[in-house]
Amino acid sequence: MSFEWSVIANNWKFLIVQGLLGFGAFGGGTLRLAIPAIVLGFILGVIIGLCRLAHRPWIHYPAVVYVEFFRGVPLVMVIFWFWFLIPQITGQRLPEYTVALTAFVVFEAAYLGEIVRAGIQSVPRGQAEAATAGGLSYGQTMVHVVLPQAIRNMIPSLVTQFIVLFKDTSLASIIGMMDLTKAAQTVSQREIRPFEMYLFIAVVYWIFTYSMSRFSQWLEVKMSPERASI
Amino acid sequence: MPLTGFLGMQYNFQWSVLWTGGHGEWLIQGIVTTLRLSALAWILASLLGILAGALRTVPFRPLRAVATCYVEFFRNVPLLVWFFFWYFGAPQMLPRAAQDWLNAHGPEFWSAVVGLSVYHGARMSEVIRAGIQSIPKTLLEASVATGLSVGQAYRLIIIPVALRLIIPPATNESLNLLKNSSLALTIGVAELTFMTRQIETYTAKAFEALTAGTLIYLALCLGISATMAQVERYFRIPGLIVRVGRAEH
Repeated sequence: MSFEWSVIANNWKFLIVQGLLGFGAFGGGTLRLAIPAIVLGFILGVIIGLCRLAHRPWIHYPAVVYVEFFRGVPLVMVIFWFWFLIPQITGQRLPEYTVALTAFVVFEAAYLGEIVRAGIQSVPRGQAEAATAGGLSYGQTMVHVVLPQAIRNMIPSLVTQFIVLFKDTSLASIIGMMDLTKAAQTVSQREIRPFEMYLFIAVVYWIFTYSMSRFSQWLEVKMSPERASI
Repeated sequence: MPLTGFLGMQYNFQWSVLWTGGHGEWLIQGIVTTLRLSALAWILASLLGILAGALRTVPFRPLRAVATCYVEFFRNVPLLVWFFFWYFGAPQMLPRAAQDWLNAHGPEFWSAVVGLSVYHGARMSEVIRAGIQSIPKTLLEASVATGLSVGQAYRLIIIPVALRLIIPPATNESLNLLKNSSLALTIGVAELTFMTRQIETYTAKAFEALTAGTLIYLALCLGISATMAQVERYFRIPGLIVRVGRAEH
């Protein structure tokens, strides 16, 4: 068995510029999918998390069902659902990119919503009570008092979830979106060099996720009090 | 069945496709394959996870470093990439005899078992490490002070206590393994998602097929978490209030 590492050098432009960044004839792109998915997923996650904490049952229970449903179903299944439903609802076929983005935002918001809920619950109740007693409305209390403290508490779990989301974007290749995984598949089929190709993209993914994970560890140490443990 | 309007689109529901024409058998076979794949991978992932998780906390640097490299590399790369790597890339590195054995015994299934175990072993080890680290350092010190070696202290005291503490996050991680086994469809393992797609392809009844697959996954996940909640209650350590962080999906 001999290695042919030149296959990477010969195709790096297609893999990185098209696959990772998403500039090129095929659209798509791992980063071009991951970044909006993280931002939009987080916004929807905050809404879901707040709804889950609401006292009114008609706001609370739909959020519970949403979270429990999406946490009990594989992401591939959710992607296939949107692949089928979006043309049914809109009456036209949308690009793979749009389908993948929608599926990721809806799916990840369930997990992010749980993190937001835990973060908000970690803020002592007295804070919200004091803010309300001081004359702030519910919205003002959330935006100016509770959420800033909650977000600080949930940053480590959020970053961990963003790493998961980043890795999950590889699933967009299943419906044919041209991301890093799909690009590697394409090259690997043409050059018949699967070992080199998949190891190479594993390293590319790893560089991104490992940097994010180190960043999260650094934040965690910075934000939590010292603890004596093994 | 009557036509049902769906925001202007017409969709003809025909739920009977799920049990006629042998499609019911496909679903059953899919469930069996999903469970077999997940169970095998779960056993291997737990063993790898306990080993790597424990090694990452031992007071001996080279062992910690080996375990850290394994965990940090494997859990930070998408599972799909690992599946492709183990299925398309890795077999060519094996000796001829091993390749022949693999081709005779279904390379898709065994690549999926290896891919899932190695990936989830790395993730499971993080849960186990968190469990061990939530145990006060004094317990290890006390065990060693009574005359146990570090190895014995881990085997007899630390790991049994940690395993009882981590039941909720380990259940969560096991459910992730079950859900992630669905990715095996990409390398042609005929598991539940694969069979759902197959019914969809043969009958063009996507709504019915996807509903069946979704409900089966939901039932499996909810069933396992309800069972594990009972198990946790049974194994709870009296008087100990330690919460181990919830793992991500």
